Amino acid sequence: MDLIDILIEWFPYLISGIFATLGLVASALVIGVLVGLPMALGQVYGKFPVRAVVGIYVWFFRGLPVLVLLFLFYFGIFPGLGLDLPAFFVGATVLGLRGAAYQSQIFRGAIQSISEGQMIAARSLGMTRLQGIRNVILPQAVRIALPGWSNEYPNILTDSAICYAIGVAELLTRTSQIVSQTYVTMPIYLVCAGIFILLNYAGLRVLHEIEKKIEVPGFGTGAA
Amino acid sequence: MADEEYILRVENIHKSFGELEVLRGVTFDVKKGETICFIGPSGTGKSTLLRCINQLNKPDDGHVWLHGEEVTNSGNRINYFRQRIGMVFQNFFLFDHLTALKNVEIALIKVRGMDPKEAREKALYELRQVGMEKWAEHYPAELSGGQAQRVSIARALAMDPDVILFDEPTSALDPELTREVLEVMKLLAEQGMTMLVVTHEMGFACSVATRIMFMEHGIIQEQGSPDQMMSDQTFERCKNFIGKVTGYGTD
Repeated sequence: MDLIDILIEWFPYLISGIFATLGLVASALVIGVLVGLPMALGQVYGKFPVRAVVGIYVWFFRGLPVLVLLFLFYFGIFPGLGLDLPAFFVGATVLGLRGAAYQSQIFRGAIQSISEGQMIAARSLGMTRLQGIRNVILPQAVRIALPGWSNEYPNILTDSAICYAIGVAELLTRTSQIVSQTYVTMPIYLVCAGIFILLNYAGLRVLHEIEKKIEVPGFGTGAA
Repeated sequence: MADEEYILRVENIHKSFGELEVLRGVTFDVKKGETICFIGPSGTGKSTLLRCINQLNKPDDGHVWLHGEEVTNSGNRINYFRQRIGMVFQNFFLFDHLTALKNVEIALIKVRGMDPKEAREKALYELRQVGMEKWAEHYPAELSGGQAQRVSIARALAMDPDVILFDEPTSALDPELTREVLEVMKLLAEQGMTMLVVTHEMGFACSVATRIMFMEHGIIQEQGSPDQMMSDQTFERCKNFIGKVTGYGTD
């Protein structure tokens, strides 16, 4: 009874937390693709300097704990650049840049798994290398990468709670605020956990549907 | 120069991979409508020669001309020449994520800039040519090897090339599927398509080729018409090779 009342009273709070969390995840995934995919292409098709830069990037973002990255950017790098950015923006950026490091390796593996003949055939028809990448390699790589890439969603969703540490008003932050106001601890945190699990499930269902939608016979037939 | 007569000229092509000298100076001319079959032992550079013609492999030395325009050292214009010089591969190399129809139309749309509707018409026409119209909506994984190769021939035909290079088009196929592909190629030859064919199918070479080139050790050792090959003394090495291939060697 008590819990229900509390939830009703603090409902807008929870909802805003959910939206903030989803905002973090969505931005991070988008940044991850926008940065990770070109990096993967650079690593496969680029000359040495490009490959070296990507290598260092991946090494840096995979080598540090999320919390360290978050503090580094929030208290160090962005202020050092004279940028006074909102915590949400910093959180989304750090999760996105870190995700890009992981995603670039998912995409790289997918691109490298495509047989050399696909590009040879594209070139033999008069396509430039770029046209070959865009029309032949990428559409195949995305299909191959999607199941592995989907795994980035729960990773980033669960990681996003760490933005609590820099005060982003996401789900965990909101939950803690409710706890500190109502002194109801365990049930409220359980609700928070339940919401995370639901978001996780729903997101994966959506990704699964996308997998099925773009499925091509002979290609990633794992989506059953 | 009698460039009008010869649509393709290949002059003194050399190609090495590291220490290995694969092509040691290959020269020949191709007239419009000719079907030239390249035969010879594996590893003598037949496939490399085809790839040197459309510059998928860059020759170390030598020249290729199409209609009197230099294909070698042509920079970005190579993408234009590759539209004029079709290629069919041993392992088909169909685009795995596209239907048969889209495989044929994609270069028309993306390279030629053709209107999608027009490209579709053209692609269907080419699929009909190779007897694959019914399979237009199927993906490569759903096709037999012979069907896939016919689609890849349609893909090359769609660009209206001046010449098509066939790189062992039936070597990945069993005898029955080989026949359906060779029949399509024979039809093309009869329609006057200019073709360079690397093949081990002696029956096809003898019945369809206007000229047979016997390659060994990176050069054209012997060449002539199929009739010459059957009768002439000059084709001694070639006959020796054929004997080995068919198992009826004279020792």
